[in-house]
Amino acid sequence: MNELILLKNGEIALKGLNRSTFEDMLVKNLRHALHGVGKFKFYKAQSTIYAEPMEECDLDEAVRRLSRVFGVAALVRACIVEKDFEQIKAVAAEYLSVQLREARTFRVTAKRADKKFPLDSSQICRELGAHLLRAFPHLRVNLEHPDVEVVVEVRDFAAYLHAGQQPGAGGIPVGSSGRAMLLLSGGIDSPVAGYMMAKRGIKIVAVHFASPPYTSERALLKVHGLCEKMTPYCGRMTLLTVPFTEIQECIRRHCPEEYYTLVMRRFMMEIAGRLAEKNDCGALITGESIGQVASQTMLALHCTGAALDIPILRPVIGMDKEEIITVARRIDTFETSILPYEDCCTVFTPRHPKTKPRLDAVLAAEAALDREALVAQAVQGTTCRGFS
Amino acid sequence: MAEVYLDNCATTKTDRHAAQIALELMERDYGNPSSLHKKGLEAQLRLDRARSQVAAAIGCGAGEIVFTSGGTEANNLALLGGAEARRRRGTAIVAMSTEHSSVLEPLRHLEAQGFRLRLVPPLPSGEVDADAFVDAVDADTILAACMLVNSEVGVIAPIAELARRCRRKSPGLLFHCDGVQALGKTAFSVQSLGVDTLSVSGHKLHAPKGVGALYVKKGVRLLPLLYGGGQQRGLRPGTENTPLACAFGYAAEKAAGEQGRNAERVAGLYEYFVNKSGKLPGVCMNSPATATPYICNLSAPGYRSETMLHFLEQQEIYVSNGSACSRGAKSHVLTAMGLAPGRIDSALRVSFTAENTTGEIDLFFEVLAQGMERLVRSRVG
Repeated sequence: MNELILLKNGEIALKGLNRSTFEDMLVKNLRHALHGVGKFKFYKAQSTIYAEPMEECDLDEAVRRLSRVFGVAALVRACIVEKDFEQIKAVAAEYLSVQLREARTFRVTAKRADKKFPLDSSQICRELGAHLLRAFPHLRVNLEHPDVEVVVEVRDFAAYLHAGQQPGAGGIPVGSSGRAMLLLSGGIDSPVAGYMMAKRGIKIVAVHFASPPYTSERALLKVHGLCEKMTPYCGRMTLLTVPFTEIQECIRRHCPEEYYTLVMRRFMMEIAGRLAEKNDCGALITGESIGQVASQTMLALHCTGAALDIPILRPVIGMDKEEIITVARRIDTFETSILPYEDCCTVFTPRHPKTKPRLDAVLAAEAALDREALVAQAVQGTTCRGFS
Repeated sequence: MAEVYLDNCATTKTDRHAAQIALELMERDYGNPSSLHKKGLEAQLRLDRARSQVAAAIGCGAGEIVFTSGGTEANNLALLGGAEARRRRGTAIVAMSTEHSSVLEPLRHLEAQGFRLRLVPPLPSGEVDADAFVDAVDADTILAACMLVNSEVGVIAPIAELARRCRRKSPGLLFHCDGVQALGKTAFSVQSLGVDTLSVSGHKLHAPKGVGALYVKKGVRLLPLLYGGGQQRGLRPGTENTPLACAFGYAAEKAAGEQGRNAERVAGLYEYFVNKSGKLPGVCMNSPATATPYICNLSAPGYRSETMLHFLEQQEIYVSNGSACSRGAKSHVLTAMGLAPGRIDSALRVSFTAENTTGEIDLFFEVLAQGMERLVRSRVG
């Protein structure tokens, strides 16, 4: 029996003239996701992409990987059958025999896209249903809540049999909305922020600020681990690591204590902004929330983002911590994020941070520093690493 | 840059010859000691030899040594096995609050199972308050635990006195001594200590990781943690780890034989170290003068341990910030000593072997001084 994976397009179906560009991008991403699983042939028709294996491979693994690719509304592993009803009946009984034997109730669902096929949907349901009842006498029909749903899709190239599709990752293909730079701290929020923007089609370039010896090698490896957890969703990622030690030490030495975090975040934003420009990114992405920590009040967000002329996307800004954690668990970044290795954000925390900062006060606080030189130096010393 | 390894309490480099012995036991004498044929016998004989070597190193009979997977398992066997075997006689347990987590955690587990646990704090110097310890023992006490050498500050406990006095108050009590940091560092014999059980670990004395042993005095009853093929009198079933046990045996024999010479060398290193630390303003010693010269716990208040540790590692100098096991958590030993938070936060543990040199100590202080100059002070002062 030949099997393949059917992938139903999501919002792409709505895009008019751009549709084939989106679809091509989606196929490219699907192909990349299956790297190492086996050789696949991809073809498309009518809001559906077909991924057909050209060799023996682990199809369950293939489905698992494809279920994380954005732009797919639903996907299913299905059996290819010739568009001959006798064949369809025979294969249905065999392909789903295990499920049908263990079930007590079933229903048949038919989708008939090929109008040339002799039976219409309701005829398919009735006759296939009758055939299966004969083959599995213990079964009863339950149209509302069946144990097994036998689905027949009669399409252009062939008929496809399966036991019901599963939801895909949703969203639109990564790369179709441009590129943005994600500030990846190693905490719980920033990987979730990256995931959410990738879902809207944005290709992520990540930037991380390291301050050895105040931060450790393990903290950096933790961030590498997070990138690896994100690539199944975000595709290939580049991680830029910025040497931030000198800036943190300067801030500590020359700025008033209550402004440490704010000044630090302004530097981070500015450096990220420069790197974004160098890397063709049209926006920054952060895991900033409102109300979670002292530096994240509206006034503080205004001060830290003031220097930038590209948009700052903050997708988790309206979410409760619990909601963010739920997503983090779902995309498997939570356990890595909570490993206890200090990142630069917590190295020099002020005892009484300014929660309602005024921009002119923040600017005064950082006046003693040679901003331009420090930023240029940090950008220059930035190193790069790929994850796929 | 050559490595300067000053974290020998965490683990030690495996002796080349010990490693070769392990390899021999893997490639040549690889039989299962329980097999009836000649190959099994060969392995059995080598294992017996290893057992005798460890026994000789701590002053007991070979039949009183049980090989385990390390110090943690040995501690667990003594405490959990000893408590269960004595449950009907009493339910109170006494231990120092400064014990290693592989002693404290099994005891906390016993407490959750209904035993009464009393943890005795040390004196502010870190030393054991013998009177307070003995006071905590009553007729209901069935288990007492005190480590011979403290892994964080190096304090040496008066085990012989404690064991004797505790037994007077509760004759059936099992006195367990965690000797993991003691073997090789200080001369002792289980006879003169008068303990019922004592744990040791291979990787603290240049044997590989994954092997340790428990001394169980003849006649002392323990319930085993594992059930299986009956090896090691049923106290620790499972095919014996002959490669590591034999490497351990060799290392234990070597350490015992060279103990005097090593102690002299290290005493010299320690004196040199203390002198140099005295010359660096802002640095204070946390280990008392009576502690073993192998372990120096010191603080450079104002500089967080982990930061300084990473600064030192950038120059390939390796020390610890307390216990490797706690992975960066606050030291419970320094906390029990009542040290100021600033001192605890900045504590570094330096631990020697006889192979370290004064040149390495010079380098340590040079880089420590650099760190104190360059690094930004943390606000917890």
